[in-house]
Amino acid sequence: MENLFELLQKDIRFEEGLNACMNCGVCTAICPAAEFYDYDPRKITDIVQTRDDNAIMELLKSETIWYCGECMSCKTRCPRGNAPGLIIMALRGLSQDLGLFTESEKGRQQLAVKRTVGDSILNTGYCVYLDGITTALHPEQGPVWEWVQENREKLFERLGGNYKGDGPGILRKIPEETLDELKKIFEVTGGLERYEKIEYYSKLKAEEMDLDLDEGIDNEYFRQIYTYNNGCHTR
Amino acid sequence: MKIDGKRAIWSEYQKDIEEDHYFYVRSCIRQNFFPGSEVAFLRIMRDVLKKDVYEHPCHTTCSGIGYHGDVVPVDTAMTVVARQFALMTEAGYKNYVPSCITSFGLYTEILETWHHFPEVEERVRKHLRNATGREFNIPGNLAHASDIIYKFRKEIAAKAKYTLVNKETGEPLKVVDHIGCHYSKMFPSKGVGGAEYPYVLAGMIEEWGGEVIDYPERRHCCGFGFRQYLVQANRGYSVACSREKFESMKPFKPDMILTNCPGCPMFLDRWQYVINEMEGTTYGQNGEGIPVFTYEELAGLVLGFDPWDLGLQMHQINVEPLLDKIGIEYSPEKKFSLNTDPAVSKVKHFAKAVY
Repeated sequence: MENLFELLQKDIRFEEGLNACMNCGVCTAICPAAEFYDYDPRKITDIVQTRDDNAIMELLKSETIWYCGECMSCKTRCPRGNAPGLIIMALRGLSQDLGLFTESEKGRQQLAVKRTVGDSILNTGYCVYLDGITTALHPEQGPVWEWVQENREKLFERLGGNYKGDGPGILRKIPEETLDELKKIFEVTGGLERYEKIEYYSKLKAEEMDLDLDEGIDNEYFRQIYTYNNGCHTR
Repeated sequence: MKIDGKRAIWSEYQKDIEEDHYFYVRSCIRQNFFPGSEVAFLRIMRDVLKKDVYEHPCHTTCSGIGYHGDVVPVDTAMTVVARQFALMTEAGYKNYVPSCITSFGLYTEILETWHHFPEVEERVRKHLRNATGREFNIPGNLAHASDIIYKFRKEIAAKAKYTLVNKETGEPLKVVDHIGCHYSKMFPSKGVGGAEYPYVLAGMIEEWGGEVIDYPERRHCCGFGFRQYLVQANRGYSVACSREKFESMKPFKPDMILTNCPGCPMFLDRWQYVINEMEGTTYGQNGEGIPVFTYEELAGLVLGFDPWDLGLQMHQINVEPLLDKIGIEYSPEKKFSLNTDPAVSKVKHFAKAVY
């Protein structure tokens, strides 16, 4: 069986992101996540280049790999051309493929990302679509967004949009044949398999935590992973 | 700002931007939050600059937010993007123009990956063939929509009705530019001006009469962070990043913030509202927030478009103080009117007719 480092090497982003780290810490100095969270991309880069499988296994189960915001500021500044952000993306991919993401509070949130953005891609052809952006999920959108939502059909017509209309234009309805092509792409490239794994391992974890989990976002497990913060992640 | 050093950096980072015939792909976030900006882009390109811009009705998300939310695998994202390139190829275009910075970054990353790993490109071509039967050419030119407006900034200035000058004092307006991280942090040579001090927005500000503010956290992320905003439990990260920027820019008394990314203007707008609700803090002058604009909104204002045709009523931070400083005419009564404006409606129908 391949070890974890070899599995990481199969991800093109890992190959692009890791050359040789000299532990200078510039990535950590520039990192917005390292300012906010108890997070150190220098350490993560150093751990993976040791090729220590036990240490990599700990990372795959950890909170820390989920703190990065993927802004890629680290890529700009690294004097060796490393990109800790790309290494993180490879680690997160492997954590999900092996079902280890449910071992951490932040990792478990992947089901929320899958059921909002992930499902939106296949159902609408957009990563996010107006109808699903509610102030219940996004209270920070404020009173102006309440007004937008209440008047969305007339407002988007007023602004020259094509909300749920045919042809090109803003928020047009994506044709069924196009959505079928997207689904087929997800099928042949491993996208659907990734979605299924997130669902499968989340279901196991929900049972272990004794939380209700059915389809959609109105259930105990979704609400828990979407809103719970143990307060121990920041500096 | 010590401008000489910046100009030396900017001169090292220039990119080729084609003159005409663009294949335009929309942004998921901007269609929802800044529809007026994408409409304004097409109005400026087609009606003002007389350029050919084509939009294919069957293009989709690039899957970028899902990719950076780590639920979409890299091969899947690459193949979704390859399909977009196939639509461009089939339509007879080669100049690819995304509205979104996350998309622009993803396209850049993919093209660089294919350049260094041709076997990956071959694998993706097979994926696309198997899934859709489509083939594609790699774009001859990739430019973000803000690159295009930057390229034609002088033409826009020549047709301008307003300049970025305080009509009372005659002084240039102080403008903060905020560049989306994925514009050039990953590949500095792909952005106008590079990664440390990108010139793409600064060039517009200078050309249209304003003064660019340099401040310590100028290049700090707005705080989107993908999963750090998408999941409610993580949003402290997002608001903290924006707050750090506001605190850093406040002493310079900016009149406005200008952005080129889909998420950034929304976060810099909404988090000001949230911080005010949480702490009672405002970062603008006279107890107001700092108005935040997209580059198309600003170009539209300079050209004399009606502010409410540009969708500025969808901002949480009121834009009127900035409009008043410039002396832009507007009707307060029409701000929340839902009556369709004939000029904007014409653009929509024109877009349909092109297809």
